[in-house]
Amino acid sequence: MSDLAHVMPGPSPQIILKQVVKNFGATRVIDHLDLSIPAGQKVALIGPSGSGKSTVLRLIKGLEAYQNGSIEVAGAPVPAKAGGWHWPGVKKPPVVHRVGMVFQQFNLFPHLTVQQNVTEAPLQVLKLSREEALERAHQYLGLVGLNHKADAYPAQLSGGQQQRVAIARALAMRPQVMLFDEVTSALDPELVGEVLAVIRAIAHEQQMTMLLVTHEMKFAQDIADRVLFMEAGRIVADGSPNQVLVDPDNERTRRFLNLVEQR
Amino acid sequence: MNFDYAFAWSIVPDLFQGLLVTLQVVILGFLLAVLLGLLLAIAQRSKNPLVQKLSAGYLSFFRHTPLMVQLYVLFFALPLAGLTLPAISTGVIGLGLYYAAYIAEAFRGAIEGVPAGQWEAARALDFDSATTWRRIVLPQALKPMLPVLGNYLIGMFKETPVLAVITIPELFQAAKQIAGMTYRYNEPYTVMALMFLAISVPTSLLFKYFERRSHV
Repeated sequence: MSDLAHVMPGPSPQIILKQVVKNFGATRVIDHLDLSIPAGQKVALIGPSGSGKSTVLRLIKGLEAYQNGSIEVAGAPVPAKAGGWHWPGVKKPPVVHRVGMVFQQFNLFPHLTVQQNVTEAPLQVLKLSREEALERAHQYLGLVGLNHKADAYPAQLSGGQQQRVAIARALAMRPQVMLFDEVTSALDPELVGEVLAVIRAIAHEQQMTMLLVTHEMKFAQDIADRVLFMEAGRIVADGSPNQVLVDPDNERTRRFLNLVEQR
Repeated sequence: MNFDYAFAWSIVPDLFQGLLVTLQVVILGFLLAVLLGLLLAIAQRSKNPLVQKLSAGYLSFFRHTPLMVQLYVLFFALPLAGLTLPAISTGVIGLGLYYAAYIAEAFRGAIEGVPAGQWEAARALDFDSATTWRRIVLPQALKPMLPVLGNYLIGMFKETPVLAVITIPELFQAAKQIAGMTYRYNEPYTVMALMFLAISVPTSLLFKYFERRSHV
């Protein structure tokens, strides 16, 4: 992809954030953020901790309330008030599954087997038949190389395996957008590679839009079409991996990258 | 003091009738307490402040007044308001309402013990809240709840002599009546104690077994 791909006019963007503000109490964590991502783009979010990277993902998934602006995913608004309560009998808007998310801490369901972890949402949310759900579980556990662990419980798996199951669980909903929130940060160093390999394979094979918060710069450079550098709730650099990571014209980005490399 | 085995044996059927009444009240009361306790615990986490306050008020009221007083109110005061229930139903409701407050508190603790990441994972998969409770949170909260529920069930069982104040012919009442009529105290009270033991101990073991067997 050319360096300018991310600014080329194309079909209407799949994810649109307009002037989004998010406060945690008195602290402003997202500060009038504008962002638009076309379908199919692979975007890496980098930046120092506390810069708001994870919050951007959580806002897109609708896990966080926000105070100003608007968020739209695949043409549907993400409400500013996250998960409010409803009077009994008041119908909630129908759920159209668009966004999948993988967390730093895996968050597998410990009381369910690997296979049940993957089939649970297709069964309960998409109302698939048992056969269809099992077929999906087989497909996506195969994709992450864990079909042989289908009957194991999460506690019997390594961290890397658990994270791969979490990826399969999210993929089984066939989302249009996948969010990866520091998915290797909680892993022992020797387990990082297997998870990154799975994400790399997904990025190359699947058409879906992907947003990744990561500290793995080499990885970001490999798979991303576009890199966003965040600081203090704003995007301070936005461009191709080459522009942002290899030859940053932004002083703060350069300093951050130097720090990361020195680790 | 002597102990007449033949007499002790002869009063077993009468005491057994009392035991059956006790068990009936305890089992129904326990079911009521668990269901209501669960609803109260879920209400405690409601985003609706009114629901939350009502639940908190319930817990406070039932935990800060004696069970015997609550039973008296149910049994003697409600009929004045035109609501008359049979003694046994009153006992079931009384025990159920009272223990629900304690069980709700225990459920609340067990529910809070389920990591926030589990709720988020369910949200990320677009589960609605009913499915999240039913499939993800409650199955995980139940494991630490099992020994607590076992304790409350046995506690409730041992508390049943208080039901005598609202004329329920439970085990303790039956023993007292036999003692009052025959002026023999050793036999009825000993048999009664053995009956309490014969129920409590296996129940306790049963809950230990459930606890070992459940996953998570």
